[in-house]
Amino acid sequence: MDFSLTPEQEAFQTHVRAWLKANMPPEWTERLVASSDIPRPEAYDVLRRWQRQLYEAGFIGLTWPKEYGGRSLTFMEEMILHEEMALAKAPPILNVLGVGMAGPTIVAYGSEAQKKRYLARILSCEEIWCQGYSEPNAGSDLAALQTRAVKDGEHFVVNGQKVWTSLAHVADWMMLLARTDPAAPRHKGITYFLLDMHSPGVTVKPLRQITGDPEFNEVFFDNVRLHESQVLGGVNNGWQVGLTTLMYERLALGFGLQVRLRIALDGLIEMARRMEKHGRVTTKDPLMRQKIAQLWIDTECLKLTGARAITRLLRGEIPGPEASTGKMGWVDTHQRLQEIAMEIQGPYAQLPRGSDWAVEGGLWQYSFLRSRANSIEGGTTEVQKNIIGERILGLPKG
Amino acid sequence: MDFGFSQEQEMLRATARKFLENECPSSYVRDRMIEPAGTTDEFWAKLAEQGWLGLIYPEEYGGSGLGFVDLTVLMEEMGRVVMPGPFLSTVLLGGLAIFEAGSTEQKKEWLPKVAAGEARVALAWTEPNARWDAGGVTAAAKPADAGFVLSGTKLFVLDAHLADVLVVVARTTEGKQPEQGVSLFLVPKGAAGLEVKLLPTMDQTRKLCEVALHDVRVPSSALLGPKDGGWPPLGRVIERATVALCAEMCGGAQKVLDMTVEYAKIRIAFGKPIGAYQGVKHKAADMLVDVENAKSLTYYAAWAVDENGPEAALATSMAKAYASDAYRKVAAAGIQLHGGIGFTWEHDLHLYFKRAKSSELTFGDATHHRERVAQLINL
Ligand SMILES: Cc1cc2nc3c(=O)[nH]c(=O)nc-3n(C[C@H](O)[C@H](O)[C@H](O)COP(=O)(O)OP(=O)(O)OC[C@H]3O[C@@H](n4cnc5c(N)ncnc54)[C@H](O)[C@@H]3O)c2cc1C
Ligand SMILES: Cc1cc2nc3c(=O)[nH]c(=O)nc-3n(C[C@H](O)[C@H](O)[C@H](O)COP(=O)(O)OP(=O)(O)OC[C@H]3O[C@@H](n4cnc5c(N)ncnc54)[C@H](O)[C@@H]3O)c2cc1C
Repeated sequence: MDFSLTPEQEAFQTHVRAWLKANMPPEWTERLVASSDIPRPEAYDVLRRWQRQLYEAGFIGLTWPKEYGGRSLTFMEEMILHEEMALAKAPPILNVLGVGMAGPTIVAYGSEAQKKRYLARILSCEEIWCQGYSEPNAGSDLAALQTRAVKDGEHFVVNGQKVWTSLAHVADWMMLLARTDPAAPRHKGITYFLLDMHSPGVTVKPLRQITGDPEFNEVFFDNVRLHESQVLGGVNNGWQVGLTTLMYERLALGFGLQVRLRIALDGLIEMARRMEKHGRVTTKDPLMRQKIAQLWIDTECLKLTGARAITRLLRGEIPGPEASTGKMGWVDTHQRLQEIAMEIQGPYAQLPRGSDWAVEGGLWQYSFLRSRANSIEGGTTEVQKNIIGERILGLPKG
Repeated sequence: MDFGFSQEQEMLRATARKFLENECPSSYVRDRMIEPAGTTDEFWAKLAEQGWLGLIYPEEYGGSGLGFVDLTVLMEEMGRVVMPGPFLSTVLLGGLAIFEAGSTEQKKEWLPKVAAGEARVALAWTEPNARWDAGGVTAAAKPADAGFVLSGTKLFVLDAHLADVLVVVARTTEGKQPEQGVSLFLVPKGAAGLEVKLLPTMDQTRKLCEVALHDVRVPSSALLGPKDGGWPPLGRVIERATVALCAEMCGGAQKVLDMTVEYAKIRIAFGKPIGAYQGVKHKAADMLVDVENAKSLTYYAAWAVDENGPEAALATSMAKAYASDAYRKVAAAGIQLHGGIGFTWEHDLHLYFKRAKSSELTFGDATHHRERVAQLINL
């Protein structure tokens, strides 16, 4: 056991730290005040530029192969980067689905031509990606999806509908799962496509969320044609390929978000120092101290559990039970953190953005509402628990 | 960075698991529960033979000079079998107090004997006020002749009845900061005025005593470390013992999870193994999360303690707060998922449930440690 860094890693850390110090987007720092801000639609432009800047500095896609715009570094550097970004309260990137999911899946399954065509553009944020998995009748039960892709010469013709598609309104490409063999067993007849969102026949309809903002969408396909070269990982092999993406989704959601919790927690503590409860500073209230201390413990714990999972990867081993608990742990801690942020504000918690009396511009109200999605998006907590019970603990299927 | 165990440590784990499964089955644990001794001489001698009693002491004092990360591996395995006996009290409290505070002569006198299984040491620290801070130390040590007279009552003292020598924590100076007037003394078994009473306890695998000091006279050579300067080394001892206890808790919690998962695969209700029901499966998944997280914090604390860095105090309190809640919840869920059988004396689950409770309360519960975390992060 050793938490020290090699001289190279230390140099990398120093470099990242200095770069962040010099390059943090001022608009973001201002907006942030001291609290956790989840990127709202009006921040898309800042975040796009921010990702471009990070890419040019060589900080995006650290573990991706060099020849496709990555750095061929290890998860260790990725971890250092994430931590430094959290400490600097740096904004997240815009193309999260591209960098976290589409890219790694293309690295794993793509042809040479596909890797050359897509990867660097994902990293630089030139092309934004969205994930077209869920449908009105296929959410947790993803294999029930009905969107059809029918072969027509060298092309496939797509008809159907996706839903809850985050960023579809700004996306250039979609990771599309569609049924290519309706006669095959549910999991066997699905294909993974790379779909151009600007193709004729693609309609995107924003859906307003609980926050009031549209962040995800319905996407309709009306005889959309895509070329067979847009298949990723083989026809009717989409379930396998899609699972890989989900695995990366969990890893990406896992570690990156875990360290970002720190930004929210620091903000929460700052707010608690400014707010009063029962006539004294909130951080001096015994009950609030307990709750905040537990958040601190859980936040550190998630980071450490993530570090154990990463150690396994670095040693070339298969991630163990600790890897699968990360997303669930993050969800639980983040939702609790947001509840406590409301509790700290007391009656002020009712006042969102737009009110003169809103605490910190109502940022917390927004992230509180947004956090309800955490236990649904990327696989619900219930489904995660089924996976842990069955795949990790070996319990029988229901 | 490498946040995993080494090959040597994995070997130690395999050896320890095999040894303890053979030597410390639940029949052994249950026999020790009803006897005051809490261990047998044969078993204790075997622990010494394995080198475990001196694992963390330097070689010059008869130990093997290993660290807390190694000890974590061992403690986890001990927790898996709810090992009874004075390991925590002798090796981690009394023994470490001598190591942290003692003179070279004192260390030479006692530590090789501890490592060889020839001497047992207890730490008489807490009192009826049940405080874990320096302010809780009210037992008095007054200068007299060429030594001191000790008076007061110590409570919740682990295994004092087995100890050849007690490390007694007493106040030598009043009126200063509470941390500044505390001293440690070596008091041998049988000293005049020393009265040790075994307390009936809920967790019978962990023996607690009341220690009464009726004007016990000790020479000045009994002083362990500087006069009035006993609290800092004691703090280091408690921190280390706390990390060791956390590791024991992780091992116990993991074993409860393993037992429960095995049971859930074979117990049939309504025509299916109960593990197929989500009500059961989801509880088991929650148990896994608790166990894995408790391990992450405990391993980190063990590493921090080995490094002796400033993060050790915070890491220790984070681990103890988390593990206290986690083991309690996991042990309770284990009973729940076993149904009626889990509620019987016959089944081993209650051993774990009770150990979880006594461990939770030892060295401060989760609430106590969360408050320490709050202080250490300058809340
Ligand atoms: C903010 C947000 C962004 C999203 N972004 C995207 C995106 O970009 N792309 C995309 O494809 N999808 C996206 N999703 C969709 C997300 O993946 C699904 O919402 C999720 O998989 C759940 O599916 P569902 O909404 O159909 O709920 P359902 O599957 O209908 O579930 C309803 C309830 O039943 C429970 N349930 C279902 N099956 C089981 C079971 N077997 N055992 C126990 N409980 C069960 C669920 O846990 C849930 O509580 C997003 C969702 C949200 C909220
Ligand atoms: C103190 C005590 C006194 C008792 N007194 C009496 C008495 O006087 N007379 C008498 O007849 N009985 C008595 N009982 C027995 C009691 O009714 C049973 O223990 C209880 O019904 C559970 O059955 P079980 O022990 O076989 O557990 P199981 O049925 O084997 O259950 C084991 C676990 O699986 C869970 N489980 C089982 N089926 C499902 C499912 N479909 N979905 C989700 N979870 C499931 C249970 O909730 C439990 O957690 C007593 C029990 C106790 C503890």
